[in-house]
Amino acid sequence: MSDAAPVIEVQGLTKRFGKFTAVDDVSFTIHRGEIFGILGPNGSGKTTTIRMLCGLMTPSAGRASVAGADVGTQPDQVKARIGYMSQAFGLYRDLTVDENLEFYAGVYGLGRDSGRIAWAKQAMRLGEIGDRLAGVMSGGQKQRLALASAMMHEPQVVFLDEPTAGVDPAARRMFWEIIRERAAEGTTMIVTTHYMDEAERFDRLAFLTRGHLKAVGTPTEVKQAFGGGTLEDIFVSLQDAEA
Amino acid sequence: MNLSRLRSMIRKEFVQMRRDPATLRLVLIVPVIQLLTFGYAIRTDVRNLPTTVFDQSHTQESRAFVQRLTATGNFVQRGEVRSYAEALRQIDEGHVRAAVVIPADYAQNLKRGRTAPVQVLVDASDPSASQSAIGAAQLVGQRLNLEIVQSRVGAATTIGQAIDVRVRPLYNPALKSSVFIVPGIIGMILSNILIIITALTVVRERETGTLEQLIVTPLAKWEIMLGKIVPYVFVGYIQMTTVLVAGHFVFGVPIRGPLLALYGATFLFIVANLGLGLFISTLGRTQAAVSQTAMLFLLPNVLLSGFMFPREAMPAPAQWVGALLPLTYYLQLIRGIVLKGVGLTELWPQMLALAVFAVLFFWFATRRFSKTLE
Repeated sequence: MSDAAPVIEVQGLTKRFGKFTAVDDVSFTIHRGEIFGILGPNGSGKTTTIRMLCGLMTPSAGRASVAGADVGTQPDQVKARIGYMSQAFGLYRDLTVDENLEFYAGVYGLGRDSGRIAWAKQAMRLGEIGDRLAGVMSGGQKQRLALASAMMHEPQVVFLDEPTAGVDPAARRMFWEIIRERAAEGTTMIVTTHYMDEAERFDRLAFLTRGHLKAVGTPTEVKQAFGGGTLEDIFVSLQDAEA
Repeated sequence: MNLSRLRSMIRKEFVQMRRDPATLRLVLIVPVIQLLTFGYAIRTDVRNLPTTVFDQSHTQESRAFVQRLTATGNFVQRGEVRSYAEALRQIDEGHVRAAVVIPADYAQNLKRGRTAPVQVLVDASDPSASQSAIGAAQLVGQRLNLEIVQSRVGAATTIGQAIDVRVRPLYNPALKSSVFIVPGIIGMILSNILIIITALTVVRERETGTLEQLIVTPLAKWEIMLGKIVPYVFVGYIQMTTVLVAGHFVFGVPIRGPLLALYGATFLFIVANLGLGLFISTLGRTQAAVSQTAMLFLLPNVLLSGFMFPREAMPAPAQWVGALLPLTYYLQLIRGIVLKGVGLTELWPQMLALAVFAVLFFWFATRRFSKTLE
């Protein structure tokens, strides 16, 4: 799956808040078109890592480049080249589907007649509900609308923060179908999730605990590194170690 | 600077505003309700001003004058005094709020066709209360004049002024009128509503999680801030115009000065308040917390800006706090322009103060906003 071209390069990435080190000397590389999972218990440094990669936080040490832009020195370029879908529904509930998409099209500098809104609705299976208020849609529809506005500007990298939390199985299946389509076309997907069955099907994974990178590789490689068991076993053992 | 991004942000705010009828009502109807409440409250509480009389004439004519005065309902006679000094002391000590001083030669002057001066002393420290009393006293004088002059015409005597009622407002010689309150209401409504609405709009985006999505886009912090306030500049202008027009037609507030200067000053004032609202919004994480913080700013606005009480009468610390409020300067501006008819040549220091507030608050807000996102 992975082309040779690395789209994200992370080297010695560190974030300290006062005396507390949230992310400690983390390094990995992600290739174009990969679905890459960042896993770990709550407080393991997942969110901080992603916030740094999105250009929202400046690293205390180390460096990371995302789609050719340095997160520490070129956060604005980073933001223009990535998409981000937050865990909580981050779009406007009092706007319709179309209004939300028009808003994000404008924010990313896409013309109203660029055809990207129509593309997004088609690709995200939102065809017939353009004038529905976002607030009254089902969980699955909300999730696909959020993905649509995160991908309208054709970002090279999309960050998905627990994208399927609170969504029914049918909607989850449709969502991953869409994600795999987009990844196959070359968009890199960085995903955090608590569903280990989903993680089993990612291309590669990174496991974090207490800010340290424990393992990185394909699901099979990661399981071997931890000496066997399922991903869920690994996750639970890491969480117990935390507590 | 990216206009397309900013325009999207502004358009979005307008659509959201339209979807939120409760806020629209707050924005459009509350100013009118406040105007009517304040405006009428001030009209009704000025009746029955306790008044003493220093009648040196002791004639039927002088008693008739006092009677006419009390018949207006503005004055209620509370005893008599025997000297001018005693009249002043009674007002000083607050036993009465007005005194009628009738000279010894009052009736004689009237009979001989000379002008008969009468003095009415009014405690004008509460300008809204004293104004209608003063007006009433002058009106009584004019009416009596007319009657007396007409009767003299019948008697073929010279036409002239018969009674000269001279009102001496004590403590407040600038004679602030009751229309004084309406421009003040404009300032207070703009300030309070705009601060609350902007403070809530940012924190609402934080609470609902939409802010998290916004900040990962190429939108700059100040673009988000500016996009939030531009729609409310329009709202502010609509509110101001509504109250000004209503005040003009309902309460007869004159608009003497240049409207352009007024709208220019209002722009700076609106931006300063929106900046303050944005700043307040960065001080809390929930709408409840932020509205509490906003209240902290609103009370001084009402009490210390000169809206309710003249600033000259306040102790120094209260004046210092007042000097930190944009409303203080705007009140001077709008009262100067609307009531006195002066322009920006006289009022540029206040304009400058508002401009400084606008820039400072916006700058503070953007800085704090960035910090709270980390």
